[in-house]
Amino acid sequence: MFRTLVEILRHGLKNRSFIIGGSISLLFFLVAFLSYFWTPYPVEDINIADKLLLPSAEYLLGTDHFGRDILSMLIKGAGNSVIVAFVAIGIGIGCGVPLGLTAAAKKGWMDELIMRFNDFTFAFPSLISAIMITAILGPGSINSIIAIGIFNIPVFARVARGAALSIWKREFILAARSAGKGRFKISVEHILPNISSMLIVQTTIQFALGILAEAGLSYLGLGTQPPMPSWGKMLNEAQTFMNFAPQLAIYPGLAIALTVMGLNLFGDGLRDVLDPKLRRSR
Amino acid sequence: MRIFLAKRVFTLILTLLVATLVVFVVLEILPGDPASVMLGINAETETLNALREELGLNRPVWVRYTHWVADLITGNLGISYTYDVPVSELILSRLTVSFPLALLAMTLSTLIAIPLGILAASNHNKPMDFLVMSFSQIGIAIPNFWFAMLLTLLFSVTLRLLPAGGFAGWDAGIGPVLKSFLLPTIALALPQAAILARVTRSALLEVLQEDFIRTARAKGITNQGALWKHALRNALIPVVTIMGLQFSFLLAGTIIIENVFYLPGIGRLIFQAISQRDLIVVKNLVILLAGAVIVINFMVDLLYAVIDPRLRGGQDV
Repeated sequence: MFRTLVEILRHGLKNRSFIIGGSISLLFFLVAFLSYFWTPYPVEDINIADKLLLPSAEYLLGTDHFGRDILSMLIKGAGNSVIVAFVAIGIGIGCGVPLGLTAAAKKGWMDELIMRFNDFTFAFPSLISAIMITAILGPGSINSIIAIGIFNIPVFARVARGAALSIWKREFILAARSAGKGRFKISVEHILPNISSMLIVQTTIQFALGILAEAGLSYLGLGTQPPMPSWGKMLNEAQTFMNFAPQLAIYPGLAIALTVMGLNLFGDGLRDVLDPKLRRSR
Repeated sequence: MRIFLAKRVFTLILTLLVATLVVFVVLEILPGDPASVMLGINAETETLNALREELGLNRPVWVRYTHWVADLITGNLGISYTYDVPVSELILSRLTVSFPLALLAMTLSTLIAIPLGILAASNHNKPMDFLVMSFSQIGIAIPNFWFAMLLTLLFSVTLRLLPAGGFAGWDAGIGPVLKSFLLPTIALALPQAAILARVTRSALLEVLQEDFIRTARAKGITNQGALWKHALRNALIPVVTIMGLQFSFLLAGTIIIENVFYLPGIGRLIFQAISQRDLIVVKNLVILLAGAVIVINFMVDLLYAVIDPRLRGGQDV
């Protein structure tokens, strides 16, 4: 495990996308981690006397219409994005990968059933799922997590199935089968480790998409609710003050774009490192 | 081809039916009593009973479900609780905003993306390729609603050239309508174009490595000639597929962008319906949107099989 990591890093450090994307992603995760312990100012504190201040030594990025420190809100927002995207990815991997592996191992009607279920889930983009959930439960972060998580399931199932199908054709699997191993055991012991690099790359892509989706849902008021800051919600509030405090509309958007770009670049770099064959066509 | 088509149509109908079942269960069964969801917890018993009667909630669940599906097929979607007009009328009137917006965005994104993809592929590993790919990376990473806000900041707040939102109405003439559609269309189209340009480029690069291109080159045709004459047509297969699959993103994008620009389309309607707890409108709109995605995916499947005969055998597409 450790040796594999060292190997990835050794190749990765020669790859421009890996270095730039990896650095941005690392910074994002560090900031998100930091947000659980420390922010320059408490984000719940309303201080109307200091509202809509421009950046200064006291407030590095200025304050919003409630006098809250923008930098603190951005840091807290990173933490929020990570939690939502992380749990949604967990749902996607937890349900999608076993489904994909089962489809590849069993084939036949089971494969058909799982793939049709996949197609069906695709018909409910996270926004539509979130709308349905909100209509009955009201808005909240849990909504975003469920809605984005549901949309992640068919994505991971598809990737896992596709990759697993090609591994099933390999000779070492035939050897394992003739040694008497069952389909379940082969899937867990041989297929899963061999498709893990594809799954890791897909995880970075889905993480980026999850952050975008969370921001969109919060912007629409379906996701994270105040007083918890979220990047999307910050943009929604900034829209009202765009005429006289346009800076409020800049920072959260930049944070989203930079993070998503970092994760996407990292995913690209990682794919190059883990699967050199793909380098040619990209 | 006939067996393939029959199989696909059967799957389409089944998927649509399951979708109606999911929407029905989530919006009518899970909340317990839809009438109290719509009227709130402080509603009088008499009012609640009247609404239950009006919505037919006293009937058995399966009767309500089958009636709803039958109503969906005939286009009779009931009366909106808050607007007091037929839901089908409400949806049709809002579609006159959403549909042209989505169509304009799709057209613009294609017009930007395909030439950019060709440009990048024909200049593979050169500065132009790098420039297009950088545009694509940025375009994918920028949320469309933030891009919409930046456009408003520049063209409406600073330069005061275009309206920041609102819809003049079709009666005002094509000029004002186009003016209110311009920024939303650009905001919707650019992120889509970023993805499509990337797909076009990689599809072209892949085709350019095929043997038949090498044969064409051996016959004396130039690199550019091979690209325009042979590679482009073959590369369009995955591009068309992605365009179809992008439809669900376009749909979600339209819902968000309509809310940024206060355009009275389907996206605005669904949010108004949620805040007014008009479950009748929400239920019908959700199934309409999910149904649209299912039908478009079905059409992409068919189109794919028409273009590539190998897929008609019934394998998973």
